[in-house]
Formats: sequence, C-alpha cells, structure tokens
Amino acid sequence: MTALVERPAMDPSHSIDVEKIRRDFPVLNEKIRDKKLAYFDNGATTQKPLTVIYAVQRFYTTENANIHRGVHFLSQQATFAYERARGRIGQFLNARDNSEIVFVRGTTEAINLVAHSYGRPNVGEGDEIIISHIEHHSNIVPWQMLCEEKGAKLKVVPINEAGEFLFDEYEKLLSERTKIVAVTHASNALGTILPIKEITALAHKHGAVTVVDGAQGVPHLPVDMQDLDCDFYAFSGHKLFGPTGVGVLYGKKQLLDAMPPWEGGGSMIQRVSFEGTTYADPPTRFEAGTPNIAGGIGLEAAIDYVNSVGREAIAAYETELYDYAVEAIGEVPGLRLIGTAREKVAVLSFVLGDIHPHDIGTILDAEGVAVRAGHHCAQPTMQFYQVPATVRASLAFYNTRGEIDTLVKALHKVNEVFQ
Amino acid sequence: MSELRELYQEIILEHNKTPRNFGKIETANRTQEGYNPLCGDHLHVHLYVNGDQIEEISFEGSGCAISKASASLMTAAIKGAPVAEALELFEHFHQMLTAEVDEPVDDERLGKMAIFAGVREFPMRVKCATLAWHTMKAAVLDGQDPVSTE
Ligand SMILES: Cc1ncc(COP(=O)(O)O)c(C=O)c1O
Repeated sequence: MTALVERPAMDPSHSIDVEKIRRDFPVLNEKIRDKKLAYFDNGATTQKPLTVIYAVQRFYTTENANIHRGVHFLSQQATFAYERARGRIGQFLNARDNSEIVFVRGTTEAINLVAHSYGRPNVGEGDEIIISHIEHHSNIVPWQMLCEEKGAKLKVVPINEAGEFLFDEYEKLLSERTKIVAVTHASNALGTILPIKEITALAHKHGAVTVVDGAQGVPHLPVDMQDLDCDFYAFSGHKLFGPTGVGVLYGKKQLLDAMPPWEGGGSMIQRVSFEGTTYADPPTRFEAGTPNIAGGIGLEAAIDYVNSVGREAIAAYETELYDYAVEAIGEVPGLRLIGTAREKVAVLSFVLGDIHPHDIGTILDAEGVAVRAGHHCAQPTMQFYQVPATVRASLAFYNTRGEIDTLVKALHKVNEVFQ
Repeated sequence: MSELRELYQEIILEHNKTPRNFGKIETANRTQEGYNPLCGDHLHVHLYVNGDQIEEISFEGSGCAISKASASLMTAAIKGAPVAEALELFEHFHQMLTAEVDEPVDDERLGKMAIFAGVREFPMRVKCATLAWHTMKAAVLDGQDPVSTE
C-alpha cells in the first residue's frame, strides 16, 4: 500500500455541524409519502431557517406598518428595520454605499430593471450585447427584447463540452460596439462558475458595463462587489435561505444616479405636479410603491444566518459533499454527468440512459428525494448537450452524505423500473 | 413503491420503448405540434382525416414515458375511428385522469387507456398523459397554432 498523502489539518473554522444546522430548518423533518425528505432542489429555492421565519413573523406580529410615510411610531420602526436590512445587504456585498442596494422582487426583476433603465438609454442601433451560452432565460430574454427594440445585436459566448465559458472567444466578441456584457456568476443548469472579475476587467477596457446574474452565485461564492468590480449584480432572496418575493439589484452609484426610473408611482418621486415630476435619488428612484417589507427583513435574517455558519465553512463543506456525490452517483449504470467544469458550485446535472428526466424525478420523489427535472429555464444549454432536459440535484450546506446515499439508492430503483 | 408500479405498468413501459405508429405518414392532411413548456415534452401528431373518419394517425417527438406511451396507445385506439368517437374517448380519458383517486374506472369506455388510472396519484403528470390527445384534438378541429399545455 502506498503511503497516504498527508492532508492539511482541517481548519476548525472550516467545519460545520450539519446535524445542528438541520435542526434550524424545520421543513427538513418533513416526511414525503412516508419517506424522509431529501431536499436537493436548492437551485430552485432554498429552505428557510427558523431565524428567517421568526423575523418575518415578528415583523407582522409587533412592527407591521408601511415605510417612509407615517410619522407614527410603528412606521418609523418599520422604516428603520427595512433600511437596516438594506445596510446589512450592502455590507454583505461590500458595496461602497447603501444607495447602491435596490430592493426588487428577485433576480428576474433586477435584470429587467437594468435592461430598461440602463439598456434603453445606452444601447442603440448596431450596438452589441454579449451574454454566455449558459444563461438562465431571465438573463437572455430581457436582452433579446432590448435588442429587438433598439436594432442591437445579441452575441453569445460559446462553451466547451465541460460547460466552461470560453474566455478567448469572449475576447474576440468584444469591440467598441459592445455596450453590455451580461453573464451569470454560476450556471443554474450546470454549476459552472464564470470568472466575473476577469470578464469585467476586459469589458471595461472596451467601455462596456457588466451585469451579473448572481442568483446561483450568492448562495455559494464570495460576493465582494469592490473586488469583482462588476457594474450591476442581481440576486434573489429565496435562493439564499430568505423569503420569496424579495431580491436585490446592486448597481454602481454613478450608474444608478444617471439612470431614469423603471416604474412610476409612490415613493420614487421628489415632487409631483401636473406640469412635471422630479424623481428621487437612488435607490428610492427604483422602488415605486410599497415594497416587500417583511421580505427585506427576512432577507437580513437570512444573511445573518449564513454569516453565523460562515461563508468559507459553507464553501468547504459543499465542495466536500459535492466530491462525495460525484463519486457516489458515478456508480449508477448509465448515468452521465452534464457539466464537468473545473470551477463549479455544488450542482449535479445528469441524464440516465434514455430514461426521461421526468420519469426519474417521479420515481425519486416516491423515495422522498426532491430534485428538479426539466430544462431549468436554460433551453440553449440543453440544446448544446442535445438533451431535452436533465435531472438536477443542487446541494446546500444542510444536505448530508446520508441523503446522497438515499439519492443513489433511488437512482438504482429507477434503473430497476426501466430495466 | 406500489403507486409507482400502478403508474409505470408493463404496457406503459413497453409502449415507451417501442411506440406504435411512430414517425411521419406520407398521406397526412393534418399535422399539429404540441408542447408542454413546463417539462419540454414536444411532439407532432400527423393525421389523414377522410370525411369524419381518422384513417391514419402517427406521432413523433420526445417526451417522458407517460407522454410517449399515451401518444402510442392513443394512435392505436383511434386509428380508423370516427372523429367524434376519438374526441369522446379523449373526454372520458380526461375525466378519468382528473377524477378522485378512489373513483371507479370505466374500463369498458376507456379500453386500454384505463391503464393510465395510476396517473391520478401524480397530478403533476396529468399533462404528460394528455399532451398527445390535446394535440390530436386541435388537429382534427384544424387548429393552426402549436398546442401548449400551459
Ligand atoms: C441563474 C439564475 N438566474 C435567474 C433566476 C431567476 O430567479 P427568480 O426566479 O428568483 O427571479 C434563477 C432562478 O431560477 C437562476 O437560477
């Protein structure tokens, strides 16, 4: 036997107590069709810890009021709590200023906001917008709509068989016609991580801005806006252990300052008269109407929770679990992993022989295993691999090796049914 | 596991593997595209309708076992049947799929389609079982736009 390579001692700050963490997520104790739930659909939405559930409950129980309008006590309390949440998000993203944090409904709304308020004034006929081949539909369609309206062109950076972004090809596509580069931080369908910092540096050289779809980046990766230097960054609270219906658009202050509003209505104005209206400064300019106040407060609680577990510890744990999972599912006859980039977040996308992913999903569900089966709102990615759909198990830090074993057993069962 | 066996019956698995009337027919005078945007099931149904008679029918496309088997069994069931009869069978089939789980199944009316009774336990899969039928219906009623289950 050869001597084992000595592993570096595990930094204790890099380990997490998964059993303790699981007690914080009540839904993980649910039984599905009499089977223990194994929840692997974290890419679609994550489960919520008690601290988030309580924060939302506490707001409605003791603090509920509208913000930015009442002089009464509760309205002040609610305003304070909501703005404190904004500040916490700013810290989390290492933004320079809290006015760079715009509350939105989610990633989709954030990208549409940029396409509308930055894209329309800055993109003209013959201009170009660059995206990657592995974008979610929400980072494709708004740009197609903008291109159509303006007579601009959409350029797509290709990927290789592993699902990696081809940087050289990207470089070739850039020109002085490029106005916007819109790319995902991590692909939801494959897990591929894109080199945002390098993509951004190169875009800036050509005078283009970058818009980053951070829906799958925020839950897994460092998100230091000053380090990445991207111009816009979008994410959804519900994929970061927070409530649905709330998300964030980060935008550099000087860009947001120059942008026209997105929706018109209450809150976003400075002064309204029938002769004309002047708009409030960002972020308020982009937040017309009553926002999801409880959602913002819940998102703050989610960020606090993630910070208390530790971002690095989460990343280390997920990497280890991912490696274990890749090896374990590799034993299932006929299984082919789709997306094998060197830099990945913990997403396992796969097909199994010629069994349709939907049938796999139904059989796994009967074993209590929750996965996503479908095109993951990334049809061009599916077309690249010439599959109509894949099965996706997307991991979170509350998943365990035991659950991976359950998944593998259930996959064997699929093979049995379809032998 | 028993509900799964109910769902994935031998006949369904067998039709999934070797679907009947799969491919194009040269003589078709109606072709309709059907699409389930939720899961990406996508098929074409081709028919040769003569008067009020479905003389030929075939399908092609990709989909899960339930949608493929349902399409295959549909073509076998309504080939040579009057249009009105095919639509009536769809009507009964649809009713059966959306009925309560414990409601008795009318084997006589449904014929082989009764084996899809297990789908009732899996409401998310009802659309898979009905895609080909919706598409066929649009074709005989001479629809133009692709049929979508959404
Ligand atoms: C990469 C990516 N972008 C965008 C979205 C859209 O997020 P939401 O539906 O929360 O707006 C998702 C979620 O499915 C995603 O995974």
